[in-house]
Amino acid sequence: MKIPLSYSFRNLWTRKLTTGMTVAGVGLVVFVFAAVLMLAAGLQRTLVATGSDDNAIVLRKSAESETLSSVSLDESDIIASQPEVSLGSDGKPILTKEVTTMINLQKKGASSNDLSNIMVRGVSPAGVMLRPQVKIVQGKMFTFGASEVIVSKQLIDGFEGVQLGGSIRFAGRSWNIVGLFDAGNTGFASEIWGDKDQIMQAFNRPTFSDVVFRLKDKDAFNSFKSKIETDPRLNELKVLREKEFYAGESETLASFIRILGLVVTIIFSFGAMIGAMITMYAAVANRTVEIGTLRALGFKRRSVLVAFLFESLFLALIGGGIGLAVASLLQLVTVSTTNFTTWSEISFSFALSPGIIIGTLVFATAMGIIGGFLPSVRASKLDIISALRSS
Amino acid sequence: MKVIKLILRNIFRHKLRAALTILGIAIAVMSFGLLRTIIGAWYSNSDNAAPDRLVTRDAISFIFQLPLADRDQIKQIPGVKEVTFQSWFGGIYIDKNQFFPRLACDPETIFDIYPEYVVPTDQLDAFKKERDACVIGERLAKDYKLKIGDIMDINGDIYPGKWQFVVRGIYKGQKETTEETNMFFHWDYLNEQLLKTAPPRANKIGWYVVKIANPSDAARISEQIDGLFKNSDAETKTETEKAFAAGFVAMSSAIITGLQVVSYVIIGIIFLVLANTMLMSARERTREYAVLKTLGFTSKHLAGLIFGESIAIAVLGGILGIVLTFPVVSGFAVAMARFFSHISIELLTVVLAAIFALLVGIIAGIFPVIRSTKTTIVDGLRQIG
Amino acid sequence: MADVTVQVQNVTKIYKRDSLDIPVLRNLSLSIPEGEFLALMGPSGSGKTTLMNLIAGIDKPTSGNVTVAGTNIDALGESQLAAWRSQHIGFVFQFYNLLPVLTAFENVELPLLLTNLSKKERKEHVETALSVVGLSDRMMHYPKQLSGGQEQRVAIARAIVTDPTVIVADEPTGDLDKKSAEDILDLLVRLNREFKKTIVMVTHDPHAAEHAHTVRHLDKGELQ
Repeated sequence: MKIPLSYSFRNLWTRKLTTGMTVAGVGLVVFVFAAVLMLAAGLQRTLVATGSDDNAIVLRKSAESETLSSVSLDESDIIASQPEVSLGSDGKPILTKEVTTMINLQKKGASSNDLSNIMVRGVSPAGVMLRPQVKIVQGKMFTFGASEVIVSKQLIDGFEGVQLGGSIRFAGRSWNIVGLFDAGNTGFASEIWGDKDQIMQAFNRPTFSDVVFRLKDKDAFNSFKSKIETDPRLNELKVLREKEFYAGESETLASFIRILGLVVTIIFSFGAMIGAMITMYAAVANRTVEIGTLRALGFKRRSVLVAFLFESLFLALIGGGIGLAVASLLQLVTVSTTNFTTWSEISFSFALSPGIIIGTLVFATAMGIIGGFLPSVRASKLDIISALRSS
Repeated sequence: MKVIKLILRNIFRHKLRAALTILGIAIAVMSFGLLRTIIGAWYSNSDNAAPDRLVTRDAISFIFQLPLADRDQIKQIPGVKEVTFQSWFGGIYIDKNQFFPRLACDPETIFDIYPEYVVPTDQLDAFKKERDACVIGERLAKDYKLKIGDIMDINGDIYPGKWQFVVRGIYKGQKETTEETNMFFHWDYLNEQLLKTAPPRANKIGWYVVKIANPSDAARISEQIDGLFKNSDAETKTETEKAFAAGFVAMSSAIITGLQVVSYVIIGIIFLVLANTMLMSARERTREYAVLKTLGFTSKHLAGLIFGESIAIAVLGGILGIVLTFPVVSGFAVAMARFFSHISIELLTVVLAAIFALLVGIIAGIFPVIRSTKTTIVDGLRQIG
Repeated sequence: MADVTVQVQNVTKIYKRDSLDIPVLRNLSLSIPEGEFLALMGPSGSGKTTLMNLIAGIDKPTSGNVTVAGTNIDALGESQLAAWRSQHIGFVFQFYNLLPVLTAFENVELPLLLTNLSKKERKEHVETALSVVGLSDRMMHYPKQLSGGQEQRVAIARAIVTDPTVIVADEPTGDLDKKSAEDILDLLVRLNREFKKTIVMVTHDPHAAEHAHTVRHLDKGELQ
């Protein structure tokens, strides 16, 4: 004979205040749990989206980031002539020689001292084509040879003095902002792009930072890699798949966030379980007579255990649902912080995926079951006679 | 005394529930302490800054290097006592997980400008004499069991190649909080290799550290130094050491804010756990409270009992939590060694944790007190336990 | 003529339950002389417990007067009533209502904590009270280590330790077996005869009522 679910549910409803507080507690914990997962996922999404598997990037072996890398004109020409590089319909290699550097921009609404490092990327004509994730949404592409740039639309909101049609000053020159691009969730979303020759001139850079090209086919990468390692003209360089490279650049930041997140989550899980346990033990203690009555009426021990377990589960799921709902609002929030490897700004958002929703609900369920298990066992083990007697 | 005895016995009436509540509060207090300590660790570098030191680095980002030639110009500025420089060497020592600063510097001036790193004179002399010598902090010497004369093999990444250094000096921090995890070696040793293998990278340094005679001159001297290099290829930004360190903190302001928010969420959780328990206890003891009233105890007496219990639990949980914070922070320090060289629990954190626990204890008692005051004797006696 | 210890005059009590008015006592008057042992009987809902509550000062009438030992208790404020109760009333409940975390000794001592007596003096009173009820050898036991009858005797000791004007007992034997019940009733009789205590006992058990001097019946809020 099973005890009806409504028994469990109504008992929660009767003790509204206690139920409410336990639900709030579980909700808070679930919120933090979900937020941490969403943050890591958001960062991961940015890493994954930045860069493509079809592209390879070549930079100096000793460089941790693009900005500190240098590839000479000779080296870049040698690379462009390799068979692994895909050719366009015009017969020219689909390859961009890029120079990256950083400038300071003032954060919007902050004091003049509150600056952030923003990446400036000088590209070749193929540069935009190689990054389909980057789309120009307003204005137009800059003219090669001119002192013009296009900026990520995200910079408009975050920084002072950046708008379409306006201009920005760096490296002793004024640059017209002629277009805005949407770089989605990629790392390019915090960048300013211009003509590489203009940028190199302005910053007095004799060499490129890196070379990015489209791989001709799947095997091209491996053969190119071994070439680089053996060719004496090229062996001061390294090649990586573009996606891997950008993922690596954010690795430090990502692991930092992951470790922090893990620590916080573990601690909070204990809190949630303890909260659930306290409530459930009290529920059992308060209803000893009732439990005795149910058993005297013929309900088995197991039914009692299940009924209480369900109660605990309800608590946890309601709290979990609320916590998750509030956490989902975080999707509207963008986090902007400094990437520990490139030391430039990286922004990402909280990403909610079906996986996270399920994972969070499973977490809440687990809290409910683990927290409620021992008390439910106690309820089921009560001796009928002493239960009925107690008051 | 009787009252305290009654309160304590009441708390442990339900041993399991009391234990769980205290444990719950302890965990929350501990996480509060942990988070605050993490946030504090971020700020610790600026705490160690000296008011008479300025840092001059590339105006855009400290990752861009400056010409060594700038040094002489900086020295000329009135009010400047000494100028030294450092370059971040990086590299891999043993494996990728051994994180401590490896810095190329000027051996003649480095320890004059950082008097808090105390090196015995004979060791300092040896260091100055030998090109491939290095000086390491005492903590490094302990952790890696290094003594004078030992060799450190470093696999360069920023500066590729296999590098070897001989330990010729071990420095002690002057204060408790001074880092003892730095490794200093001759910049010349690095530079002479660069001149051979990568000339464009030679004769450059990472940043200058400028010692000034009078801290109140900091603003003027900073401006003058930056004025020297304005419109050059490498414009500089000079600021006090404290501001320089604060700049790093500001880079991660989003994360720090997140941690602060979480630490306050935790306070909320502590409150909910305790308030829940107190409410349940009060409900169970409705009849008992009514009986006490029949005996002549007033609502005030009951309030004292309830608040006493609530505060006592909070205090017990708070103490346990504070005690737990120490081993947890130690473990965390190990896990995050590459991000934070120095993590320690501040007195302020402990005090704040105690205060919050106490406050929560008081507030959690409010509702049960109100309830016990409002419940009439007759209604209270009616309740079945 | 013996002094009138308890004087209930034209008392009406109406309870409000979820916006319903439920009259429990209607214009009731009662005099209880000093040294009386009164049993109040009546069916469930007759108002006997309510009347007892009014006499004991744990509830107030909607209208009318209650005077105990010369004091008009219906006019006292909350804290005054509390103080008055601690001195003048001794309670015995059906379910004993001892504090489970206190020993028998400490339970009996409870009401004395509200007085200015020294620790030594309190000890004397407690020991005396416990010896009257015959439980001197169980002073350090906790309620859960005592039988029902023993618990009730501790409760009675607690009720007499302050030497109250009136002892009020609500179904004192309701939860006890026949033998223990008899012991308790004998104890109450003794308290009344030897120690001259005025006792008001509410009961539905005619056998228990037999131990009292006077039996009054209540029905639907009125004395018969």
